[in-house]
Amino acid sequence: MGDHSHGDPNTSGTVATAGQAEVEKFQDPGLPPHRPRLADKDPRAEKRAERQVAILFAISMLGTLLFFVGYFAIQLDETTAISTLRLQNLLLGMGTAFAMFGIGIGIVHWAKTLMPDHEVAEERHEIRPEEDRQVAEKMIGQILDESGIKRRPLIRNTLIGAGVLAILPAIGIFRDLSQNLNPDILRQTMWAKGVRLARDPEGTPIKAADVTMGSAFHVIPEGLNDLHEGKLEAKAKAVVLLMRLDPADLNISPGREDWNYNGIVAYSKICTHVGCPVALYEQQTHHLLCPCHQSTFDLTHECKVIFGPAARPLPQLPITVDSEGYLVAQSDFHSPVGPSFWERG
Amino acid sequence: MKALSQRRRHPLAAIALLLLGLLVTGGLYAVAGTVNEAKAQTTTYSAQDVEQGEKLFVANCATCHGINAVGAEPGAHGFQAGPSLIGVGAAAVDFQVGTGRMPMQMSGPQAQVKPKQFDEEQTRQLAAYVASLGAGPAVPSEEVLDTTKGNAAKGGELFRTNCAMCHNAAAAGGALTRGKFAPALGGVTGEHIYEAMVTGPQNMPVFNDANISPEGKRDIITFLHTIEEQGSPGGAALGSLGPVSEGLLLWTGGLAVIIGFTIWLTQRSS
Repeated sequence: MGDHSHGDPNTSGTVATAGQAEVEKFQDPGLPPHRPRLADKDPRAEKRAERQVAILFAISMLGTLLFFVGYFAIQLDETTAISTLRLQNLLLGMGTAFAMFGIGIGIVHWAKTLMPDHEVAEERHEIRPEEDRQVAEKMIGQILDESGIKRRPLIRNTLIGAGVLAILPAIGIFRDLSQNLNPDILRQTMWAKGVRLARDPEGTPIKAADVTMGSAFHVIPEGLNDLHEGKLEAKAKAVVLLMRLDPADLNISPGREDWNYNGIVAYSKICTHVGCPVALYEQQTHHLLCPCHQSTFDLTHECKVIFGPAARPLPQLPITVDSEGYLVAQSDFHSPVGPSFWERG
Repeated sequence: MKALSQRRRHPLAAIALLLLGLLVTGGLYAVAGTVNEAKAQTTTYSAQDVEQGEKLFVANCATCHGINAVGAEPGAHGFQAGPSLIGVGAAAVDFQVGTGRMPMQMSGPQAQVKPKQFDEEQTRQLAAYVASLGAGPAVPSEEVLDTTKGNAAKGGELFRTNCAMCHNAAAAGGALTRGKFAPALGGVTGEHIYEAMVTGPQNMPVFNDANISPEGKRDIITFLHTIEEQGSPGGAALGSLGPVSEGLLLWTGGLAVIIGFTIWLTQRSS
């Protein structure tokens, strides 16, 4: 039986070595003979290499100058033409590139051609000497002994308690990064009974008569543009795509009969997969395609998923018209818009 | 005359004759072209235009769209060969025939652009015939296509809301479902862009004047022409396709450069 934890593998008896009985060992082939470089032998080649390195550093200096020419000589204001902006971009980029490139290439070229290149062999340290291990073991034993952590369980237990508790404030701080943990904000949008459907981005209301067959309108709730705070958050939840189909093409499930108006239907534009805007509407096939992961929704079957990773149909916004002929929402969406979340249920 | 007959065997005589011939033909075509353009600008159609258009229609389009443009009977698989053209308007004809999409080269997911088959006069006559069948969007006037009056910034906002999801933020086009695609918009005339918006060709939705006003459409065309003229501010656009082409270049070109430097770094100097 060999000893696995002590000594050299060759002598511990755990490893069989080739030709153990023979005295002959594998010979160290040594290093190849040193070959002098051109710059070592020829003073002219040395001079040339020196010049090349200096030129590379000079290129770096020119690059830095080019950067500052672009930075200071070109003034930008409201009247700046796009071509001037592009010229500055070019100068800044080229300047920085040459400034860094010149130094880097120059230093490597210097080291390769001019700095001494004699070969050096360095011996590897002995792997895991037994004494070092014993010293470390002794030190740890001493620390445990002197601190008295084994003899004083009160101190040990209070230390463990303090360590566990000290992590909790971090959880509190990171939790606060999410401004509102109430999942109900994910269930509610700006849509409510009587809110008019308005064009994105102008915010003008849409008449039912404006939505001709085959049309697609990008819709926001009226009043969204007047919000001063949280406008983008509200928009991200409330955007809707409005389309008109032949009412005969719609397959309506019970309870949703009055959610469309003469074939005009409104669906949330937020994909139920990871929330990209689903707005690629094909007016002949009535497919809605999400550009991110190709989830495809069939508008004629209440936007059920017919392809792709989305798990749920797009929520439908029940709509009708008000007394002036403008399209209005009957209520908010009946299911949360966008991707799933823990409390969605 | 004698001098001329003496020089007709001159080595350069053939070349001179060829140049003369080319100049004459080119000149004639240029004159004919301007006449055609002048005619195409008039949007009122005469009874003769309608009559000529009907002849062209019967000869070239009726196979799929049916006599009197009522649409063909559904075929063996329930597919309609060509839809009814009543009420699609002159704008639809000018777009489909003017860009070469119609007559369709072959059936497939969508009609492809090809060299146009009818000249402007014939296209106008076809449009006149289809417009006479029922009211529909007309070919846009010069006024609504005048991009000097358009606002590119406003157009960009409208484009990003209404068009960019299919046609790409840089108007480079994009894929749709089952082999269909939204074409790139570079090099398309303002007239054709306008007509596509009002008529909704193939799977493109209709953007009528109540959705995007004629001024808004002009702004969009102005925006498209502006981004086409000014080029890409960030250097090579690589097809404006985003991470696919850019990533491919980095994975091939960028890695090749890194490998090259690694070899140079570890190589002994001569």
